[in-house]
Amino acid sequence: MDGLNIRRRMAEERWSALMSGAESVFFVGAATCGMAAGAEAVIDRLERDIARYGLNARVIRAGCLGPCCFEPIMIVRRQGLPECCYGPVDADAAGSILERHVMGGELCPEWSLGVMTAEGYGDIPSFWDHPMMRGQVRRVLVNCGVIDPEDPDHYLARGGYLGLERALGMTPEAVIEEVLASGLRGRGGAGFPTGKKWQFARAAEGSPKYLICNADEGDPGAFMNRSLLEGDPHAVLEGMLIAGYAIGASEGYIYCRAEYPLAIRRLERAIEQMRELGVLGERILGTDFSFDLHIKQGAGAFVCGEETALIASIEGLRGMPRPKPPFPAQRGLWGKPTVIQNVETLGNLPHILRNGAAWFAEVGTPQSRGTKTFALAGKVARTGLIEVPLGTPLRQIVMEIGGGMVSGKAPKAVQTGGPSGGCIPAEKFDLPVDYESLGAAGSIMGSGGMIVLDEDSCMVDIARYFLTFTQQESCGKCVPCRIGTRAMLQLLENISKGQGRPEDLRQLEEIAETVKMGSLCGLGQTAPNPVLTTLRYFRNEYEEHIEKSQCAAFACRKLVWYRIDPDRCKGCGVCLRVCPAEAIEGEKGEPHRIIDEKCIHCGTCVTACPPSSAAIYRESGDLKRIEARRQLASTVS
Amino acid sequence: MSENSSAEGAAVVQEIVAAFPSGRGSLIPILQEIQRRQGYISPEALKALERLTGISATEAYGVATFYTQFRFTRPGRHKIQVCNGTACHVRGGAQVLEELERRLGISVGQTTPDGQFSLERVACLGCCALSPVVAVDGKVYAGMTPKKVPGVLREYAAQATQSARQEK
Ligand SMILES: Cc1cc2nc3c(=O)[nH]c(=O)nc-3n(C[C@H](O)[C@H](O)[C@H](O)COP(=O)(O)O)c2cc1C
Ligand code: SF4
Ligand code: SF4
Ligand code: FES
Ligand code: FES
Repeated sequence: MDGLNIRRRMAEERWSALMSGAESVFFVGAATCGMAAGAEAVIDRLERDIARYGLNARVIRAGCLGPCCFEPIMIVRRQGLPECCYGPVDADAAGSILERHVMGGELCPEWSLGVMTAEGYGDIPSFWDHPMMRGQVRRVLVNCGVIDPEDPDHYLARGGYLGLERALGMTPEAVIEEVLASGLRGRGGAGFPTGKKWQFARAAEGSPKYLICNADEGDPGAFMNRSLLEGDPHAVLEGMLIAGYAIGASEGYIYCRAEYPLAIRRLERAIEQMRELGVLGERILGTDFSFDLHIKQGAGAFVCGEETALIASIEGLRGMPRPKPPFPAQRGLWGKPTVIQNVETLGNLPHILRNGAAWFAEVGTPQSRGTKTFALAGKVARTGLIEVPLGTPLRQIVMEIGGGMVSGKAPKAVQTGGPSGGCIPAEKFDLPVDYESLGAAGSIMGSGGMIVLDEDSCMVDIARYFLTFTQQESCGKCVPCRIGTRAMLQLLENISKGQGRPEDLRQLEEIAETVKMGSLCGLGQTAPNPVLTTLRYFRNEYEEHIEKSQCAAFACRKLVWYRIDPDRCKGCGVCLRVCPAEAIEGEKGEPHRIIDEKCIHCGTCVTACPPSSAAIYRESGDLKRIEARRQLASTVS
Repeated sequence: MSENSSAEGAAVVQEIVAAFPSGRGSLIPILQEIQRRQGYISPEALKALERLTGISATEAYGVATFYTQFRFTRPGRHKIQVCNGTACHVRGGAQVLEELERRLGISVGQTTPDGQFSLERVACLGCCALSPVVAVDGKVYAGMTPKKVPGVLREYAAQATQSARQEK
């Protein structure tokens, strides 16, 4: 292991020069989110200005720091000042910060999110005390956003591959014991104890054995795995080595969705670097352990996140699940014992091996140990990637870390677990986020997607949305899954069009049971969850749709009617011109009118009506009722 | 396809097949590479694949149709992907898609008659924190609204006329 130790000493020197040297450093968040928010323009400007002023400074493209809603984000390091995190910054702000912070030697409070030290600095508080960061515990994400993910020295200098070194000094059985003792459970959805899965695979007959990293991240609305792969690829790969050693595998596959090109590029680079470091290939670090890695790109099928379907896909077949047992740990890829782990599960392993099982178990609950990352999105004010101890109450995540609703309205529910999960209502926000509590509430932990919904979200629409997804993604092998999801979707569509019948709710529940019981794989078994939880907690909304043709959130399009307020309408005719259905009539200068029979409920007119008039409003409900209500109101007044 | 370009296409497939280890496990990576280079999986490509690997065209087609990534018609010059993930859905992604359909005069899954734009709906681009999201040729536009649609399209329409001019 001497080679690696020499390299680590060099890496540490380079890192400490970076952290305290005369050269200034801009760490710009350049993960997918950062790029979407405009990081490239920031980087261009910084590089131009560095050249123009001839500064001793450079720009590093870092990964996701977490508070994505403040992107583009950058951390600036300059000798004599504490590191400071700024965001959101555009090119001009970056130029000013370069002049003031780096050249002028002063911090810029107007863009600051906080200094990176534990204590504040003057008037500027610590970044870690920012309401979005307080309450988070960064373990898996410890390197994300603060290192150059393409520079292996950064990873090494911060303790990288120490976990592997320790593991290789132990017997595989002892490594499994350590992971068992830590209480680590799979982060990909089901929460199966990782150590136990390894025991099965280690004991299984057959060789070679395979290890697969599940980076398919199929939950549409989740990006934890993407962020980790982009921000700290070596951590996941080190985890793969540790797992591979423990189960006796000699080959590993990373099954990554093709929609993540940056993650794939970072993985490819990291794999090359591992070979240079001597931690991949034959006789790793001079031991008897040999291991090699391949990347496979997913081809866009949600069901391929399921273990047996994923294996079929790597084998070049249609990605259809098969019955278990035999479990992949017994007969998996090419018929050999195979362990499949989620990206985040693997990302935890280097820390467990480096710091020990007891350290890992310090946070979390007795049943759900450690931390979990969540992709916080939807209607919350602060969206991004967070990491909290398991057992953290939902309220803290939504209201404190997430800062409540962006609209200022009341929260309605949180959707966890994506298409396999459910909606937890605001009344239950005291619920601790752990595997058992979420399960008892009818949802699942899932891989970490967390979509917050407010009063403007319709629960029938959410259920319909997920069923549309699962119905499309069902591989079609099982009749209950194929036909049942379609039947449920049909009922939900009827309800969302105001054509539902009171008995539909019963029928939805009945079909849901059949689909749950009669499906082969997790997709079918969990597909009814979004419907069942919304029926359980928001039945009144379904009833409103059925009985009154009303969608209070104005989300079910066919139930929304558009109205022009004659007192506000100036007759400018803008709406009339944009309406794709020619459903608006009126003379120039006179109040306009919408013809309900022609209107296709697209809402274009609302956005088109000039803000000075803002004459178009929405109503929902049965037209006859709306009319009756209006007449009642006019007789009263 | 003219005879000439179909021969060229077959040569590309041959090159791709040669770059992968033989065996069934390479089928999907090969199809992915064909699509990356040629934009879609053409019947000619499947035939060439059959000749080179022995995997029948019907079999390969059966595998390819299982996965949403593969397309079987020639795509437009610019690929517009509209995110239909949960975060984008709850923040109004559907309205953005409708506006795109209206402006381009095509439905999702189609290509404009001039071959400039094709429109796809995808599940999550991994930028959920900045939803709703649209990607054009891989460049991600965050926080989209129906109002921002014309501006985004103009960027590419301008490019298109420019390159047309250059070609002349
Ligand atoms: C339909 C379906 C989709 C799934 N998608 C994923 C996924 O995208 N990522 C993932 O890690 N696990 C996914 N899983 C769970 C995996 O099958 C498997 O349990 C997991 O990868 C095991 O790793 P873990 O124990 O580390 O969580 C999915 C399961 C089903 C049934
Ligand atoms: S439950 Fe659905 S997705 Fe799973 S194997 Fe059966 S049909 Fe396919
Ligand atoms: S909602 Fe659409 S169809 Fe209806 S009046 Fe307005 S613009 Fe016309
Ligand atoms: S992607 Fe940059 S903070 Fe999340
Ligand atoms: S839901 Fe649209 S980017 Fe994730």
